[in-house]
Amino acid sequence: MLQEYMDRKYRTDNKPSVEANLIKNNVAIVGIGQTQYTKNSGRDELDLACEAIQNAVDDAGLKMSDIDGFDTFILDRLSLPMLINSLGTPNVRFSCEVSGGGGAGCAVAVHAAAAVATGQADYVCCYRSLNEASGHRYGRGDDFIEYMPVALTPNYGYIWPLGFVTPLGWAGVWGRRWMHEFNITREQLGWWPVVLREYAQNNPEATYFGRPMTHEDYMESPMIVDPLKLHDCCVNTDGAAAYIITTVERAKDLKQTPAIIAASAQCCPIEQEIQTIYQRPSISGLVETWYVGQELYRVAECGPDDIDVAQLYDPYSIGGIIQLEELGFCERGEGGKFVEGGDNIRIDGKIPCNTAGGLLSEAYLHGWNLVIEGVRQIRGTSYNQVKDVELSMVTGGPGVASSGIILRR
Amino acid sequence: MSVEYNADQKIPHPAMWGVLYKSSTPFWDGVKEKRVMLQRCKSCGYWLNPPRPMCPKCRSQESEWVAAKGTGKIYSWVTFNESPHSAFKTPYEAVLVELDEGPRIVSNVVGINSDELEIGMPVEVTFEDVAEDLTLPKFKKVG
Repeated sequence: MLQEYMDRKYRTDNKPSVEANLIKNNVAIVGIGQTQYTKNSGRDELDLACEAIQNAVDDAGLKMSDIDGFDTFILDRLSLPMLINSLGTPNVRFSCEVSGGGGAGCAVAVHAAAAVATGQADYVCCYRSLNEASGHRYGRGDDFIEYMPVALTPNYGYIWPLGFVTPLGWAGVWGRRWMHEFNITREQLGWWPVVLREYAQNNPEATYFGRPMTHEDYMESPMIVDPLKLHDCCVNTDGAAAYIITTVERAKDLKQTPAIIAASAQCCPIEQEIQTIYQRPSISGLVETWYVGQELYRVAECGPDDIDVAQLYDPYSIGGIIQLEELGFCERGEGGKFVEGGDNIRIDGKIPCNTAGGLLSEAYLHGWNLVIEGVRQIRGTSYNQVKDVELSMVTGGPGVASSGIILRR
Repeated sequence: MSVEYNADQKIPHPAMWGVLYKSSTPFWDGVKEKRVMLQRCKSCGYWLNPPRPMCPKCRSQESEWVAAKGTGKIYSWVTFNESPHSAFKTPYEAVLVELDEGPRIVSNVVGINSDELEIGMPVEVTFEDVAEDLTLPKFKKVG
């Protein structure tokens, strides 16, 4: 896979047929729900999850007892048994907890879709609930010792004693390499957070609603882990979000316009860990994102020019911009130029990105808020609605086993 | 910039990650003897870094540990201005060094200022006893 990536030759010898794909056009996201996004919820994660799930069930026009599957990814602090005990869902016959951390931001939808397409479950609820701002913060070193499963991170012993901890550090290393190889400037990086902040000004549910930011503000913000500044980094959020997946057939009887899954993909490549992808021939690009993009386009039978709006998992600016390259929205190494001035990713631009404010300005709900915004764009209910959306893309996190979906009307 | 430690805080020890420490024991034993040990596939020569039981290239389960020369180049780095852990005083750099043999390892620099650090800078290994039971391989300018 690494060689395929270096040669930019996708699956030259083994292409599963698109016709055999059970998910394509057969599965849809039919309900979305969330709580308020705050800095201190004053409630526990279980409590928040119940509210978000109830909202998603109501939005879909379902009953709670219809939900017979649950899906999330690792690294949360919620007990699924207690969730089921609280929701009173009597017929749960599918549950899944995907590996990969934020990379699985869309893999959760992929696995839920697979379950629905194969009859393992009828209505799968994908949920996430976090007290990241007031409680357990993922980016802090001590928390990682306590909570990160060793299965994800085989080389902890090699990096911890050197003080090389937290996702910002790990990503900063490939980020700097990318900036070095392609002459990407800090000024260019700044346009991603600035445009996302503009979007957040129209989204009353966004963390940074009512707090605009100029490019000068960005440039003056403190350096946290050089090359990344404070405003290159995602917010911390207390809150929960959920969405419901079922078949397109069942969706016909439900309340909302379904967001139909035109393609879904997950990629777990060689020489990946916790964004410490350092043994690959090149670390100035992201093989997993490239692969996910290639597979999405192949299955959906479209290309980057056909995508109307994208929600790219951006725990930091560089993660968003490199994805623009790997997904083919611009040439490799051109990401900096592409976002310069911001117009290409604004609402009338070439590819409007993270239109609710993304992880930097809306909320760090581990990508659930991105999926929800991807659905809103299909329904026509976004606070920053792009005109005539036919195809809406959402991706999982960069530098780890990643994932993505393309939604259509 | 070199790392300085808060004396009253314990530096995370690789043995904290028990099972995984086992697979990298030859590396840490090597560090005690002031050598950088790397695992390599005995069959095809692919570097198994970090260590692993099977070669992803040829699937051989025969491997060997060899000593690297200890020289390489700065491949990339980050500067921590906010401390991710109480043991480390900021600011300091974590660097990714590409060893002359090919594999890249994460380390710190010794005696190199932040503003002189650059990608491609030739460096060589030096060993620092940071705690009674912990020696770390770090890198300084060549010569």
